[in-house]
Amino acid sequence: MSDNNSDESLAVVGAGVMGTAVAALAVGYGHTVTLIDSSPRAREDAPDRVRFQLRTARMMNALPEDRPPGSLTVAGTQDAAAGASAVIEAVTEDPKEKAAVLAGLAAATGPGTLLVSNTSGVPIEELGEAVPHPEDLVGVHFMNPAYLIPTVEVILGPRTGDAAATSVHTLLAGLGRRGIAVGDGPGFVTSRLLHRMINDAIELVREGRATPETVDALMRDCIGHRTGPLATADLIGLDNLADSLQVLHDRTGDTAFRPSELLLAKVRRGHLGRKSGRGFYDYEEAIR
Amino acid sequence: MTTPSGRTDAAHTAGPLPSDEDVAAELLDFLAQRTRTRWEPDQDLFAVGGMSSLFAMQLVVHLEQTYQIAISGADLMLDNFRTVEAMVRLVNKLRSPAPGSTGE
Repeated sequence: MSDNNSDESLAVVGAGVMGTAVAALAVGYGHTVTLIDSSPRAREDAPDRVRFQLRTARMMNALPEDRPPGSLTVAGTQDAAAGASAVIEAVTEDPKEKAAVLAGLAAATGPGTLLVSNTSGVPIEELGEAVPHPEDLVGVHFMNPAYLIPTVEVILGPRTGDAAATSVHTLLAGLGRRGIAVGDGPGFVTSRLLHRMINDAIELVREGRATPETVDALMRDCIGHRTGPLATADLIGLDNLADSLQVLHDRTGDTAFRPSELLLAKVRRGHLGRKSGRGFYDYEEAIR
Repeated sequence: MTTPSGRTDAAHTAGPLPSDEDVAAELLDFLAQRTRTRWEPDQDLFAVGGMSSLFAMQLVVHLEQTYQIAISGADLMLDNFRTVEAMVRLVNKLRSPAPGSTGE
């Protein structure tokens, strides 16, 4: 990639919570964005979801004012990523699915194109097995909402090349994000620490020792956690949280990462947090 | 749409426009209902411990739908939604009694 100019074209794969947020961020920073999802329903909803988040970002004064927004194109197949200067994969936190999508993207873009996996915990070395040129692959753990949280976790795998390591910081600079680089491994830094705590917070609720409100009030007001672990769980999305915990449990054997039964029950009931209107809190009644 | 259905469409705006007091009362009701908390017209909704950016966007959508206005450009800034008073001013400014105003 060249400078952090605004005419870079990005492909974002997966039009879910993170994919649409990253697309909104990139459009807001003036980039040309192709958002790819295989689901017709997700494609249909994508332009409105991106527009809504773009408006949110604008209202929160989180976008540069010195450039017009970029354009958004929605596509259904990975070959639409061809020609992009960087590709950001943001599909479900399922290692097999991520690997399959990254393999398809590597084939569509060819060697030398920065491939980013937005994952909260799958080791980059493991995902690198799926692509022909693992030196092009870097992990970037965007936080939700991606357009409001200016810092991201950057993961350089053991086989990540110097060119990709440089390119990812250029990419992030062009998105107004600050990347903090850490070593590879399940959950990296943020999820290894945070997911363990959130899972335990859920267990406290399951055991009946504290309500979600109580856990969050203590962690916020005594410990200084800005959002509280259970409100954070709702923001992450409970299905994604359960998937990420499973990824961590499978790879570490640490029982602290075994998804709480209460979490799994909520996912089964379709209570997925903010995005579904209900999780540990009810967002249709009271959105705070 | 042609004349008969045009009438339903105009129903919201055909009568006298709601006064600033009406808009303020409606917004205070909306807030009380959505947040289960009572707010003062000059109270900052987004002060520490207050509302999230998601709620701010709900306010934007609510104002647009209820008062048939389009909030864009420089008007789309958090300060315009911080208090009920600020929102009343915004509605007053953007509400056009004449039909045919352009959208976003």
